Amino acid sequence: MTIPLQTSPLAAFVARLRAGRLAYQYDPREGRAVFFPRVIAPGHGGPLEWRDSAGLGTVYSTTTVHPRHGAPYNVALIDMDEGFRLMSCVLGLPPGEVRIGQRVRVEVEEVDGDDPRPVFRPLESGA
Amino acid sequence: MSAGLKRGAAAIVGVAESDLGAVAEGMSIFDLMAQGVQRALDDAGLSLGQVDALFCAASQSRMSALHLAEYLGIDPAYSDSTFAGGASFEMHVAHAMAAIDAGLCRVAVIAYGSTQRTIGRKTASAREFNPYESPFKPFLPASAYAMAAARHMHEFGTTRRQMAEVAVAARQWALMNPMAWEKTPLTIDDVLTARPVSDPLTVRDCCLVTDGGGAVILAAPDVARSLRHPPVAVLGYGQSVSHASISGMPDLTRTGAIRSGAAAYAMAGLDAARMDVLALYDAFTINTILFLEDLGFCPKGEGGAFVEGGHIAPGGRLAVNTNGGGLSYCHPGMYGLLLLIEAVRQLRGTCGARQVAGAETALVHGNGGVLSAQSTVILGTDATL
Repeated sequence: MTIPLQTSPLAAFVARLRAGRLAYQYDPREGRAVFFPRVIAPGHGGPLEWRDSAGLGTVYSTTTVHPRHGAPYNVALIDMDEGFRLMSCVLGLPPGEVRIGQRVRVEVEEVDGDDPRPVFRPLESGA
Repeated sequence: MSAGLKRGAAAIVGVAESDLGAVAEGMSIFDLMAQGVQRALDDAGLSLGQVDALFCAASQSRMSALHLAEYLGIDPAYSDSTFAGGASFEMHVAHAMAAIDAGLCRVAVIAYGSTQRTIGRKTASAREFNPYESPFKPFLPASAYAMAAARHMHEFGTTRRQMAEVAVAARQWALMNPMAWEKTPLTIDDVLTARPVSDPLTVRDCCLVTDGGGAVILAAPDVARSLRHPPVAVLGYGQSVSHASISGMPDLTRTGAIRSGAAAYAMAGLDAARMDVLALYDAFTINTILFLEDLGFCPKGEGGAFVEGGHIAPGGRLAVNTNGGGLSYCHPGMYGLLLLIEAVRQLRGTCGARQVAGAETALVHGNGGVLSAQSTVILGTDATL
């Protein structure tokens, strides 16, 4: 008999985020990181392991969104050092000053009435 | 028996737009589809009773093929509402061709309708929540294409002026198309100084938001031969689904068009150099640049330079988006069907002022989602068969 999953991939990810960790999955067969979290490995369907990121990454691409109402804000794609990419935003500088190639570090941002978000801040230069 | 789609196994025999732009209040998407179907049947010289297959896709209806069958009062032997955004209808061409070749149907209608301008884009196409992207409020689809553009600029030195050239060329073609939404000239500076949407894209880098729709009719070659217009043969097809969300796209400067185009060229036995007319899904200015590269019209990274100096505008070296494109002619949300209509008209030689002289081949490239689904159809006149 198959055993039903007790925790969804999303719930497992959010639980780790609440504990201050940016988690991703690792595919032992292919030796690579997987993101977004899944119940099977893409490509071959094998098992996945959870891992925590060291939190360092590089801006892969970036845009400043200009809403009709309200202040412009940043949206970016971040390539983490472990080899996975996620959408997020880079805070702590004007949105238009976020640069492709910039080194960034994750920070877990609490959100009122919702799940926390993994956001990023620039690393000090040379890091 | 050889597997796969067969070159020339079906032909496009009828095409028509529904009402476009801002349609009469209360018009439904099925009113528009039905308008398109009847006009396309008239164009072909066929009647509704001869239609035995329905293909359609719409963001405003989950069961569009059922509703269209009910509306038209037919019970099709074969139906398919494959949904891949703006790439859907090129996929429908392949599916209709396969169904015709398998003997499942003889006359297939592909239809589309949208009233997104009238009812509002948010109502017409509700965003699906993605827990890994939505919390960051990307303005989709624009922000996804904006990040592809930013990456292209970073890797290859593509400039904002080069991207603006795409919008200006589309506008120049649109001014030669009486059906086009935009009626006034556009300059590079107009594009650069327009309202920013998602950097580096301004509102003039983005497709229109209009109503619209239409229909395309495919038939078996023996049926096609005896109709009103010379048949336009389907010579090649290829597709690729490289991701769904932009954070899952492996490389933002290399699209699935590399794969879809290669498959379509292989099936057609033709290459990029043999294409007379291009209909590329220009949801944003960066699309045209990416697809020119990925479909083999210039090397990777040189798309920006390729479009400079009006080279894809009327009188340029390559005829691209001769109807004015999604940027200046019409963009009801899933523009892929309208690409096919313009390509067929070019191959019939009925495009008037914007006709490309002696056009024998056309490449039609659909794009769906956020560069997610790519579908390439190569069409040709009888002489190319």
